[in-house]
Amino acid sequence: MTTPRTLFEKVWDNHLVIDADPSLLYADLHLVHEVTSPQAFAGLKASGRAVRRPDLTIGTVDHGIPTTGRALGIRDPLSKRQIDAMVENCREHGITLFGLDDPRQGIVHVVGPEQGLTQPGLLVVCGDSHTSTHGAFGALAFGIGTTEVEHVLATQTIWQARPRTMAVEVEGALPWGVSAKDLILGIIAQIGVSGGARHVIEYRGETIHDLTMEQRMTICNMSIEGGARAGMIAPDETTIRYIEGRPFAPEGRQWDEAVSAWERLVTDEDATFDKMVQIDAGRLVPHVSWGVNPAQTVPVTGEVPSPDSYEDPLQRDAAVRALEYMALRPGTPIFDIAIDHVFLGSCTNGRIEDLRAAAKVLEGRKVDSRVNAVVVPGSMQVKAQAEAEGLDDVFESAGFSWRDAGCSSCLAMNPDVIPAGERCASTSNRNYEGRQGRGARTHLVSPAMAAAAAVAGHFVDVREWERS
Amino acid sequence: MKPVSTVTGRMVPLDRSDVDTDQIIPQQFLKRIERDGYGEFLFYNWAHTDDGTPSSDFIINDPARRGAKVLVTGPNFGCGSSREHAPWAIEQWGFEAVITPSAADIFRNNSSNVGLLVVELPQDVVSRLIDLAANPGSEVTIDLETQTVTADGIEEFFDIDPTAKNRLRRGLDPIGATLTHDDLISAHEEARDSWLPTTVEASPTS
Repeated sequence: MTTPRTLFEKVWDNHLVIDADPSLLYADLHLVHEVTSPQAFAGLKASGRAVRRPDLTIGTVDHGIPTTGRALGIRDPLSKRQIDAMVENCREHGITLFGLDDPRQGIVHVVGPEQGLTQPGLLVVCGDSHTSTHGAFGALAFGIGTTEVEHVLATQTIWQARPRTMAVEVEGALPWGVSAKDLILGIIAQIGVSGGARHVIEYRGETIHDLTMEQRMTICNMSIEGGARAGMIAPDETTIRYIEGRPFAPEGRQWDEAVSAWERLVTDEDATFDKMVQIDAGRLVPHVSWGVNPAQTVPVTGEVPSPDSYEDPLQRDAAVRALEYMALRPGTPIFDIAIDHVFLGSCTNGRIEDLRAAAKVLEGRKVDSRVNAVVVPGSMQVKAQAEAEGLDDVFESAGFSWRDAGCSSCLAMNPDVIPAGERCASTSNRNYEGRQGRGARTHLVSPAMAAAAAVAGHFVDVREWERS
Repeated sequence: MKPVSTVTGRMVPLDRSDVDTDQIIPQQFLKRIERDGYGEFLFYNWAHTDDGTPSSDFIINDPARRGAKVLVTGPNFGCGSSREHAPWAIEQWGFEAVITPSAADIFRNNSSNVGLLVVELPQDVVSRLIDLAANPGSEVTIDLETQTVTADGIEEFFDIDPTAKNRLRRGLDPIGATLTHDDLISAHEEARDSWLPTTVEASPTS
């Protein structure tokens, strides 16, 4: 009898080229974008090396691109140079690129799954920390730095110390009006921003099994916000149904072989984890971040906490600084926080279900006149799908600006910068200081909560609004 | 990258926890396609006022800190974005090492790849070093060979991943080293399942 193994251990073992500390692992899929790759391609050029497997490499442009007026070209000369370098590098090395004028263009972590490239059991790497998103399919997917990007380009392999395993067991149905975003924010609030450090998380339990692929991607996406190396969910019928028929999915006999391999990708019954965390989803409520890291959140019905509520002196100091940056006073009800901007999008919440959830709240309503509200679909395919469903009309009638796909205000590398001192309800993943622009104040929320805040001009409990 | 063996130099204390890579190097400086020139943007938003002038009260702008080599800081340093520009900026400012109770996983990997030594020590030792570092003249020595940190009244052993240690000591080109295992990589490649996806020959969905 073989030793029982976790999902992570099975995928890890399948990719071992050299089993040592650290191990050399073979990458099945390398996603490349314009910001973290130019120095890697330059390194290849300087050493006269080729890309070993352009056929396992895919490029997209997402971080620095404008979401309006693309026909006019990119105005920012530095961003333009970066995009041009991406186009040239992909051309030179024969890498398929979803460029600015490609109907498949979008955020790297949206397009991989959407095109059927992200599949169970793969080892996926990308020079981007939200690569953890792809773990929703039972892939082992993690972010790497630019030196490692160059290494993967040249060798298709990566050296990794073996992470430890952590199970996050979620039981109980998500209450009505509580989203996958609220679940992952709740998990991070419980484990902290470094609670997953040196670990790969497997999200498990009945609640996880009942989630759609898009919800699972939202969960795995923010694993890095809990400090984890990666997040994974075992593939099941939901996963298989999602992949079937997508452009890069296997077909015919290869499909059957793939499915039978995927069905083995579950944690064995007697396998053990290094760390276990239990979450009762039934007690969750919509969350709003008040501070400058993704663990600094409270229920929307709550209030801005006092630094004195933290026992750990480091956490207390962090809370003092966060309150100062966010210009908030302890004891302020979350309902009383007025907002200036709403950003709906990102690799966390820029998929079609996210847009539908927000549109459902917005139907027949108007954005508050003081609020600047923007929707940036995660990909041009998401945009096309939303338009086919008439969601663009709902957003535009409500007063949202309807944009082209990209990372946009999630990290403000493009013109979509939130001005200093202004407050944004954002469906993205990081509320760090300056993340959406120097001095900008970010509150992380779900798509439905963001839509409701856009209408009210301040945070509200969307559960009181949502029509069944 | 040049080999690292011993770092001796003055310390700069940054007594904050969970310093993310967005603080180390903000997004507006990630548009360049070069690998150098990031040092002046280190901790940019903390180090500059709204109009871009250096803030006199941020520690790395203190003339007495010029030439310091070791950043001593709180836990979970380098969390968040995988941007390697973060260790580039730290190293290009002039730091040769970071001492912290814990570094975030990707940051730790990136640092060893660029020759920035990351030393993880217990919180109480780091707190004592931060106290010592209040004096701009106080020095610390990090010996990678013996894995020890020495400062006034402090001598501590630290753990480090053997590969990171090796890479730092030898200043290796890791690609060249990996390619010496080309036979093993090729063997793995040959044995891969035929249904695994490739990124070629698909048409856009309608």
